[in-house]
Amino acid sequence: MSDAVIWTVILSMGAGTYLIRFSFLGFLGDRALPPWLLRHLRYVGVAVLPALVAPMILWPDGPGSAVDPARLIAALAGFAAGWRFGVVPALIAGMGALYLMRALIG
Amino acid sequence: MTPFWRGFRDASPFMLVVIPFSVLFGAFARDAGMDILQVLAMSAVVFAGSAQFTALALLQDGAPVLIAILAGLAVNLRMALYSVALIPHLGHAPFWLRAVMSYMMVDQAFAVAVKTYETEPMPQGHKVAYYFGVAMSVCPLWLVFTYVGAAVGQVIPAAWELEFALPICFIALTAPLLRTPAHMTACVVAVLSALALAWLPWNLWLIVAALFGMMAGAEVERRMA
Repeated sequence: MSDAVIWTVILSMGAGTYLIRFSFLGFLGDRALPPWLLRHLRYVGVAVLPALVAPMILWPDGPGSAVDPARLIAALAGFAAGWRFGVVPALIAGMGALYLMRALIG
Repeated sequence: MTPFWRGFRDASPFMLVVIPFSVLFGAFARDAGMDILQVLAMSAVVFAGSAQFTALALLQDGAPVLIAILAGLAVNLRMALYSVALIPHLGHAPFWLRAVMSYMMVDQAFAVAVKTYETEPMPQGHKVAYYFGVAMSVCPLWLVFTYVGAAVGQVIPAAWELEFALPICFIALTAPLLRTPAHMTACVVAVLSALALAWLPWNLWLIVAALFGMMAGAEVERRMA
């Protein structure tokens, strides 16, 4: 990668990402949003976050690649602990289950 | 406790994830051929780890520069949804504050802040302070530990699979949001859509799956109301 390529990537991704973040909060500001939109917005977090990681968990090497049972089980352990106890227990349970599965099944 | 410090405290568990993730990115970017200044500039200017990993991995695989940039930006389109969803809570703030808060709009900040806003009523001014507290507990670490990773290189053995802490972190962010049948439906639909659409080019599956999930959640809420 040449310096020109690297700086092009940094600056264009930086500008694009900032515009995405600023888009609605910045330009619309205090505008009142219609009820149907507010109803959809209540589900942003719960839709985006799991959708982002689901393919990573099921297919560590890209879509359609081999399923890694250790990571699948670790994700479920992390979810159960996160649901019941919170963030730090989720991390401990998730990573712990991953290492345990690696020791047991490789 | 002031709203700022409450936010700081509520997001502090995510430091455990942000630190290794930042170190991994710094080391990865150095490996990909960037110098330390470029690595730091990327983390400071783009400020979005997943997108930075995505773009650099594509460049390493020899993808065209434009494709790498667009794929990285597609991963970040989710933040447009964060940007709308924060309007009811932060839209009243002055323009310059909204500009600063936009810069710090990372997944952890959004998820932690919105969960608190929706479960405990607080005055508008407190919401802004709370948001800053949440953001300040994770955002500076991203820069500091990107630098550490870039400076010292591969200190984290690959066998530790610490990159898996990130999906676990997102799972931990999601679990407490699943409060109602509508939230659960949104989550399940989004996950199934993401898996079914993972073949879409340029990482467009994420924004499409997120929209499907939101529509499903909103529809369940409407029918149950």
